This record gives sequence, structure tokens and C-alpha cells, in this order.
Amino acid sequence: MDRRLQYILFAVWVLALASTPLWGSNYVVRLAVVIAMFTALTLSWNFIGGFAGYPSFSTAAFFGLGSYVGAISERAGIPMVVAWGLATLFTGAFAAALGAIILRLKGHYFAIGSIAVVEVMRLIISGWGSLTGGGDGLNLPIISGGPNVVTRIFLLVMTILMIVTFLITVYVDRSRLGFGLRCIQQNEDAANMAGVNITLYKVIAYTLSALFCGTVGAAYASWTGYIDPTDSFSIIMTIKVPVMCLLGGPGTVLGPVLGTAAFTLLEEVFWANFLDYNRAILGVVIVILIFFLPGGLLGLSYRNVTAGIAKLLRRPKAAT
Amino acid sequence: MTILVAERISRNFGGIRAIEDLSFALKEGEIVALIGPNGAGKTTLVNLLTGVLRPSSGHVRFQGVDVTAQRPFEAARRGLARTFQIVQPFPRMTVLENVAAAALFGGKQDSVAAATAVAREQLEFTGLTPLADKAASALTLAGRKRLELAKSMAMNPKVLMLDEVNAGLNASEIDGALTLIRKIAERGVTILVIEHLMKVVMSLAQRVLVLHHGQLIAEGSAHEIVRNPRVIEAYLGEKFARRFTLETTNGEAANG
Repeated sequence: MDRRLQYILFAVWVLALASTPLWGSNYVVRLAVVIAMFTALTLSWNFIGGFAGYPSFSTAAFFGLGSYVGAISERAGIPMVVAWGLATLFTGAFAAALGAIILRLKGHYFAIGSIAVVEVMRLIISGWGSLTGGGDGLNLPIISGGPNVVTRIFLLVMTILMIVTFLITVYVDRSRLGFGLRCIQQNEDAANMAGVNITLYKVIAYTLSALFCGTVGAAYASWTGYIDPTDSFSIIMTIKVPVMCLLGGPGTVLGPVLGTAAFTLLEEVFWANFLDYNRAILGVVIVILIFFLPGGLLGLSYRNVTAGIAKLLRRPKAAT
Repeated sequence: MTILVAERISRNFGGIRAIEDLSFALKEGEIVALIGPNGAGKTTLVNLLTGVLRPSSGHVRFQGVDVTAQRPFEAARRGLARTFQIVQPFPRMTVLENVAAAALFGGKQDSVAAATAVAREQLEFTGLTPLADKAASALTLAGRKRLELAKSMAMNPKVLMLDEVNAGLNASEIDGALTLIRKIAERGVTILVIEHLMKVVMSLAQRVLVLHHGQLIAEGSAHEIVRNPRVIEAYLGEKFARRFTLETTNGEAANG
């Protein structure tokens, strides 16, 4: 799909999400916040998982770390927005240091290593009761103004984060960095031989993938007013984010946005209609989508799809 | 003037000595062939010179600088380019993008646009322009080998190591590749060719190095090499050696 069209579609989507308070119920506004939040996470994952092709499952580690750094800072009396900034920087630095170690692994080994980070972080946070409250979790200062106002504030915050990650994606996509990451994704040895500083590039991609997860985590903590280790370092989240990106089209600009929207909306439909089996149905849908759409929704050739549909429509007529 | 020097380099893999106490030098602008039986250590040697492997002992010097500990991307940026025996393209990128990547990173171009311009020149030079927008994975073997050459050239190399660029090609493709290698040499690039095809070695190389069991067993002009008893025993075989000796003598007679 043409890049300019992708930018336009993104702008339209941002307007749709940001305008929900004007036309939607509170449920719709809340859904918009969740979509904006996950879009920022998915766009972040796209740097390492999409551009560089490293199957990272550490999203929840960065999200959880960000929420704890944010929560602890806020409880220490640091203003909310500054606390989010601290969470971002801390998570970024953590990812850079961690990346220099675990990016030596490749393929499945990297995937396992990155998922282990989530568990290790959860255990450390649970165990370190004096600082983190352990299994009891942490309460955050409540934002005044009532639930409606708070939801709107966080709609604004998450939408801004989503726009920022998108703009960085657009920049990376067109820059030398993006080119180098695509080379690494296709053939790491050849990239090395062609003069790409692969270690540096991978660490940058991993750090970019963590940075805004930290911000989102801290903002989420402020929004809900309470965090605990199980919720913050959730395996479901760490798997959902890559799935969303793969669904939309990894390594593209709009793919992560599209995938997050499609996934979240499907999830809502299944929650609402099949309370008992929603996870199972979702699982089947994911498998089917990934089987038949290896390049994601953006990788589809829409000309072929419409031609196929047209053929299907014509066939009954020919039979009669 | 020497440009690339290996000083007593060795490399062990476990208990196996793949390269043993090997020294040689490449002079600026010459074409040198590296021959030897399978498993002699030819590719290992190239890997040692380009930072893919680090020597267990010894030093590599490039333009007077010790580059023994360099990493592959540093070698590429310095102007030590190589092609792979097993071609290594970026499969889902176009031919043009493949070459642009090499120009951007290895050739240290300032922008993607500048790199693309260099890439177009190199595609023209290697005759790949008609295939510029094809995916690299869609090329034939001969096309991929040409792509490897175009990528290396886009890095603006000072030394180019060609690891069996002619293996698997047919006679007319080989002639095309030979013309191309000569054109590259005319640009002043020092070339080290690893070859099994003696026809290529005889027609290209000003000097031949013979590697056997990780050691240099002979060094000299192509004509000296085909008459060297150690080389005949280790690599060429009696029959071949006799044929080459005959051919070269006849050739000299005809020329004279």
C-alpha cells in the first residue's frame, strides 16, 4: 500500500479515536483509550519484531517496569508527568543494557530469552516488598475530576503516545536505520558484510521497542490508580502485542495500527457474545489469520481478493 | 606497495589447524589467485581477512593498520569487500535495494538517495540494470553472483575477495564474469580470487598462491605453478598439469 495513503488512514483513525467523547458512550471512549494504548505498544514492538525481525516477547517486561517506576516516583511525590518521563528513560536504559546481552541470541532462543525477562521481572518485583509492595501491589494518587474526566484525560495521553510512536515509525521507515534493520531482518550475516553495524542497530531497535512501553505503563498505572505484579507483567499482554502486529503487517507503518484495531474489536465482539469460549474462539481466529495472512492484513493483495469474490459471485449465475 | 598483509596467522577449530602459520602480502592493484583442494582452508583464510573469524595467532594489516580484531562491518567500511561462495542476498529486497544497502553502509554514502544513485551506476557496470526492480530471490545463479559483485563494488572497495564467483556457471557466463573482473581490476581494485577453474586462474592471475592443509605450499606466476611438483601432487594431478603445461607452451609459441 502506498505510504501516503497509510499516513492519511492513520490520521483518519486518530480523529475517529480522539472524537469518541463527542459521539460515543463511556464504554466506547474507554475502548478508544485501550486501542490507542495498545497501538502505541504494537508500534513499539514493530521496531524490533517487524523491522529487525527479532521475535521479542518482552513488551510486558517494559510495560510493567514503566508502571512500577512511574508508581514509585509518584508515591515519592514527583509530579505525574515527570514520573512518566522518568519511567520512559529508565525503561529505555534498561532495554539498552539488556539488549546488548540477549540480542546475541537468535530466532527461537531469542524469543524464549525475551519471554523469560517478563517472568524474572515479575518475580523480582513480587519479592522486593519493601520497595514495590510485593504481592499487595501499589496504590497511586487518585486524579481528581471523576471517572469521565479521567477517561478523557487518558484518551488524550494515549492518543498522543500513539501519534509519537507513529511519527518515530515513519522516521525510522525512511531513514538509514530502517534500511539497516530491514537488511538485518532478511539476512543478518549479509547485513554485517554489507557494512551494517548489526549489534548497534539491534540494540537501538530493542531500545525503541521499550521506550514508549515504559511511558504507556506509567500512564496506565496513573489511570487505574493501582498496580500489582501479576497485572503489570502479564504474559497475555506480551503475546497479544506481537500477534496484533503480525495480524496487521509487521515491518510496515500502518500494519501495527490496523492489526491492533482489528484484534481489539474482534476481542470485544467475542467477549460480548461468547462469554465462556471467547479466548478459545480468539485463539482459533489468530491461528487462521496467521496461516492465511502471513504478511498481515496489509500484505494482502486486495486486487486478488476482490477478483476472487467477483468470481465466487459469478459462479452461481453460470450454473443456472 | 603492499595493501593487505597476513603475518604468520593461524586459526584452530578445536584440535584442527585450519590455517597454520601463514604469511603473504597483496600489492596494490594486482590480481592474485588462491587455489587449493577442498578443505585446504581457502574460505577460512578469507574469513580471517574480513573479520568473520579472528586468527588464533598472528596479525592482519590493511594499509599499514593492524585490523586483526576488526568486525565484518568494519572491514566492509574500510574497503575490504568480499563475495560469498554461497551467495547472500537480501532475498525480499529488489536488486537495486540490495546494492543500495551495500552502498549506504559499506560505501558510507550520506543518504539513501545518494546510495541509490551509486547502486544504479553499479548495476549499469555489472549489466544488471534490466533486473533492477526484480526481487533478489528471483535471480538465476549467474544473476545472483553478479549481484554479489555489484554489492561489493558499491562499497567502493580497495581490496576485493571473490570466493568462487564462477562456481556453477556455464562457459558463456564464465566469460561474462571474467570480463567483469578484468573491468574491476582496471579501476585499480586489488583482487584476490579463490578459484577451482584453472582456466580462470590462468587467464586472470598475475600471481598464484597455493594452499594445502592450511599452509602455503607454493607461490608464483601461473606458469610456474602448473610446473611445480608439490602443487601437481597436492592439487592439479599429473594429467591436468601436463595439459596446462602443453597449452601454455603452445600459447607462448603461437604468440612468439
